[in-house]
Amino acid sequence: MTNDSDPILDVAGLSVRFGARTERVQALDDVDIQVRRGEILALVGESGCGKSVTAMAILGLLPKRTARIDARRITLGGTDLHGASDRSLRRIRGNRIGMIFQDPMTSLNPVHTVGGQIAEIVRQHRGVDRRTARSRALEMLDLVRIPDARGRRDAYPHELSGGMRQRVMIAMALACDPDLLIADEPTTALDVTVQAQIMALIADLRRDLGMSVLLITHDLGVVAETADRLSVMYAGRIVEEGTVGTVFSRPSHGYTAGLLGSLPAEGKRRQSRLAEIPGAVPRLSDPAPACAFADRCAYVTADCRAGVPPVVHPGPGHRCRCIRPDAVYADLSQSDIVRAWQ
Amino acid sequence: MLRYAAQRILAGIPILLLVSLFIFSLVHLTPGDPALLLAGDNASPAQVDEIRARLNLDQPLWRQFALWFGDAIRLDLGNSIYSGKPVTELIGQRVEPTLVLSTVTLILTVLIAVPLGAVSAWRANTIVDRLAMGFAVIGFSVPVFAIAYVLVYLFAVRWGVFPVQGYKPLDEGMLATLHSVTLPSVSLALVFAALIARVTRASVLDALNENYIRTAHAKGLGAPRILFWHALKSVGVPVVTVIGIGFATLIGGVVVTESVFNIPGIGRLTVDAITRRDYPVIQGSILFFSAMLILINLVVDLSYAAIDPRVRG
Ligand SMILES: Nc1ncnc2c1ncn2[C@@H]1O[C@H](COP(=O)(O)OP(=O)(O)OP(=O)(O)O)[C@@H](O)[C@H]1O
Ligand SMILES: [Mg+2]
Repeated sequence: MTNDSDPILDVAGLSVRFGARTERVQALDDVDIQVRRGEILALVGESGCGKSVTAMAILGLLPKRTARIDARRITLGGTDLHGASDRSLRRIRGNRIGMIFQDPMTSLNPVHTVGGQIAEIVRQHRGVDRRTARSRALEMLDLVRIPDARGRRDAYPHELSGGMRQRVMIAMALACDPDLLIADEPTTALDVTVQAQIMALIADLRRDLGMSVLLITHDLGVVAETADRLSVMYAGRIVEEGTVGTVFSRPSHGYTAGLLGSLPAEGKRRQSRLAEIPGAVPRLSDPAPACAFADRCAYVTADCRAGVPPVVHPGPGHRCRCIRPDAVYADLSQSDIVRAWQ
Repeated sequence: MLRYAAQRILAGIPILLLVSLFIFSLVHLTPGDPALLLAGDNASPAQVDEIRARLNLDQPLWRQFALWFGDAIRLDLGNSIYSGKPVTELIGQRVEPTLVLSTVTLILTVLIAVPLGAVSAWRANTIVDRLAMGFAVIGFSVPVFAIAYVLVYLFAVRWGVFPVQGYKPLDEGMLATLHSVTLPSVSLALVFAALIARVTRASVLDALNENYIRTAHAKGLGAPRILFWHALKSVGVPVVTVIGIGFATLIGGVVVTESVFNIPGIGRLTVDAITRRDYPVIQGSILFFSAMLILINLVVDLSYAAIDPRVRG
């Protein structure tokens, strides 16, 4: 990518390895991710491909004893996160980077009120007094459109529905006006109707607050509706990346093609999971020096196993790790979904 | 919350009733004539008859219990066979040392055990954890009197920092009292801290794997805040439960400790009464300890609700 002028989050060459000696897992291998100011970048990929590990590595939350993290660069708005001390990382977490997790039912502490949990993050990073923090909590509950926010402020998590709890998580993540929101599959655990509401809320808040979002998801329907750009991850590597328009209208990696193939023809409807590609994700313990997707790819040739494919640029701002991008595209160019995006 | 409290208090009443029944039958379960038993070894037949009539032993059993219970509720537990004084008065004189000793021990135990367990969990499988839990195993497996004698030897006999034995009542000054109960309290606390520390460690270790702890980290909170405010508070219920259980065993320890340190408390009173077969006093002390246990359980139950909003219902 050439014109990544001043991205808010800039991750380059991120590799993460778990475990020692025998059972080693190469969870991430040379991952580059840039989130530009004000955009929603979707990180897409199958279960276990390394999306959450990416988020946790950015926040410095991987277990120090088992995870080995290498990176050329992890910066947030120019601040280095990779070499930062624990103390300075703590000043960034929750303050300049807000994080929401997949499971709102268990991500809030059951023994503290939701208002208290929001106020806590404000006091931690803003050093304000109790009353100011409490009124900030109320303001945030209003912002995420929780009805009767004043009454709910003193509620405990078990008194709220899943959707309400996820709204509380969002309120908490945004309470300190972060530059970046990382949302790790924020809707997977919720009912379909609630999913749509939460995604709409995130999209609206991004617009109103001018923040940037790294949206981790399984759901290409969500990507089509809310994201500006996407990065497709497979077995710990980014295999394709570009704006939603370019990638959907000119898919160039066999894995992306498979993902799009599993999306319903109208393209923009929900309920599209990624599991439909035949074959299994390769074990991450001994990554071969080859395209990791080769065994499942419909376009595979002998050359695919000759080495890790280099990055190619099928178009401006469009990157892909595939040696046959044109073959992939040629095959898909007539499909409904690709034509819908052209 | 009020309803919950009322429920817990009401639940205590049948327990107290059962305990009373047990204490009442104590005299009747022991073989032989209760009147003879109560009169002691050197009583004349006239005295025995007098006792039989006074204690309504000629009445049907259920009536005896009703009368005894009615008296007990009015804090009339009869008179000591040995000294002839009312049992309630004897207990009243001895309450202070026992309450001071138990309270100081309980506070010490919690102050040692809970942070120790929590920090061990935070530093699980490190040298800190190993040392702390090694200490816990020792506390667990050595009897109170052994620890007490070691502490007495070191701190009283060798270094003379604390008295070898005895008790200074509160009206001689709070500090004097605390000084006199330091060694007994520490010996007792070391034993009970072990159990509570282990349970705290296990509970906190589980809690640290919860998603809400990950959230707390992502909020940028510091280690003490995460450990004590988020992890420890969420496992308050099991920890308080084991503190309550520990207290039950603590009462046994109090009896031993009072004897070792020659503290004139209810424990000593009980031991003396048992050796003299002073049944009314034995009944009175058991009733006292039972009431204390029921009270502690009530406090434990009420603190559940204070700690965990899901209990309030
Ligand atoms: N703490 C850890 N120790 C060892 N291995 C780990 C650890 N965390 C993650 N992994 C491994 O790293 C790989 C990537 O996991 P990750 O959680 O990032 O997947 P994901 O893309 O988020 O999947 P999902 O969509 O299911 O959330 C997996 O193989 C996982 O087993
Ligand atoms: Mg994940």
